[in-house]
Amino acid sequence: MALSRRAQRTRNQVLFQLFMFAFGFVMVYPVLWMIANSFKPSSEIFGNASLIPTKIVLENYIRGWRFIGRITFTTFYANSLFYVSLATIGTVFSSALVAFGFARIRFKGRSFWFVAMFLTLILPYQVIMIPQFIIFHKLHWVNTFAPLIVPMFLGQPFFIFLMVQFVRGIPAELDESAYIDGCGLFRIFTQIIFPLITPAIVTTTIFSFYWRFDDFLGPLLYLNKPSLFTVSLALRMFSDPMTSTDWGAIFAMATVSLVPILVVFVAFQKYLVEGISTTGLKS
Amino acid sequence: MTGRRSRVRSKLTYRNAAGYAFISPWLLGFFAFIIIPIVTSVYYSFTDYDILKTPVFNGVKNFVTMLHDGLFWKSLEVTFIYTFSSVPLRLAFALFIAMLLNTRRARLLRFHQTVYYLPSVLGGSIAVAIMWRRLFLDDGAVNAVLGMIGIHSEISWIGNPSTAIWTLVLLAAWQFGSSMLIFLAGLKQIPRAYYEAAEIDGASPSQRFFRITIPHLTPVIFFNLVMQLINGFTVFTQAFVVSNGTGDPMNNTLVYALYLYQRAFKYYQMGYGSAMAWVLVLIIGVFTALLFRSSGNWVYYETKEGR
Repeated sequence: MALSRRAQRTRNQVLFQLFMFAFGFVMVYPVLWMIANSFKPSSEIFGNASLIPTKIVLENYIRGWRFIGRITFTTFYANSLFYVSLATIGTVFSSALVAFGFARIRFKGRSFWFVAMFLTLILPYQVIMIPQFIIFHKLHWVNTFAPLIVPMFLGQPFFIFLMVQFVRGIPAELDESAYIDGCGLFRIFTQIIFPLITPAIVTTTIFSFYWRFDDFLGPLLYLNKPSLFTVSLALRMFSDPMTSTDWGAIFAMATVSLVPILVVFVAFQKYLVEGISTTGLKS
Repeated sequence: MTGRRSRVRSKLTYRNAAGYAFISPWLLGFFAFIIIPIVTSVYYSFTDYDILKTPVFNGVKNFVTMLHDGLFWKSLEVTFIYTFSSVPLRLAFALFIAMLLNTRRARLLRFHQTVYYLPSVLGGSIAVAIMWRRLFLDDGAVNAVLGMIGIHSEISWIGNPSTAIWTLVLLAAWQFGSSMLIFLAGLKQIPRAYYEAAEIDGASPSQRFFRITIPHLTPVIFFNLVMQLINGFTVFTQAFVVSNGTGDPMNNTLVYALYLYQRAFKYYQMGYGSAMAWVLVLIIGVFTALLFRSSGNWVYYETKEGR
């Protein structure tokens, strides 16, 4: 009896692992296929599901990086780096500041503004997309990074919520006693709260990095000169049949663009998983 | 006494001033980039506006035009097909895998969790959308794999009007990882004792699933439904990249946000685009309201008592 039960458990374990590996392979296959193809000679890419190139070549990467002539992917990565890092820095600090205000200071109208902020979360971007474009157009900000970066310095509601949740988890006695000791609110924020919400800061940084690096619609609207293109925009243009049909080169550059995403994923997996689980639960 | 009262009052003023000082960045952005745009957008929706000339008031003409605009209805149809198939598919996969990952005794759980979550991490990138397009072309990997298992297929799933939208649905369903993590966190909060007690009482696995697991997860399912419905109705990038910005074949991937974008930024019909945006808000509002209305019947919130 004991043995048969153990045998059953082993069988279940084997079935479970078989299923999880098989389905998991199907899940990651498309990405592996793309990476594999980026190393195949152009003649080998199509009509072929194999993940193992007969010969590994790097030509695709060299051709891809050169893009279509004058401007290379060096420019696009520099643009992305500029946009992503400034936007992320702005998001983190402004959101933390606003979150502290909402979480710790009892001021008149606090709940009203908090609800207003919640409503902006479910407002579709399409509504403000056109008037925002017109505003930035009139300011002559089109074809600069300003429309993409400046709003990020004014707090992002999603991250403000995340940080408010986090600040509320910190015992209030901590800053109340500092307050009684004559410590100003701004110092309480910078010296006590900000260091204590490090996990929320890290989560915000990671998500902001991802969203800005992947951002497509924003750059599509505001950056129309190839010399200003971000990586996503360049990839899109590169893959347009009017521009190029060199799929080896396209796959190579697509693969390169996944490297920063994967590096951050491997380095900060714990924060990502926790961030998703908690924001999704505290509804 | 008066000194004390004025001290209290000055403390209150200080708190109010400090509160507004801290939230001032958001307040500024809220008015400059949300409220003013909302107000002007309402106005633009009643005008003919090409951005170069000043807007010309034309009453409800944009909304009437919409009623007779075949592409408007087509884009609605495409968006509905997309949303109402990708959201349930994604949630079903997410729940299924989350439950498998919630088994206690299995090994390699962290590894599997990472693998299934990976598509969600990569999914937002343009690289993945480009790869997806290539995967489903006539000489792509999908047909090659089908050929290996003996199904001869030469169609381009992207170019075929009846299959194109399903490649987008699949791309969305493929990214079930985030929902899976949320479900997994929810599952872990269900006290084990409930299941043990049910088992002792002789409840079958399906009874345990429908009477314990699902009710406990309803708040999480509800939250996910609302957020993903909004995301589904506003999908843009994937459709743009897969169809090269055209919405082809035969407008079968012309999702609502893509059509709106074309009207506003290809033909510079800012008035018509704004009107379309408000119709979108109305549609999302109706569905969100319906969900909230129905939630009383199927979403269970745990109360603090009884614990």
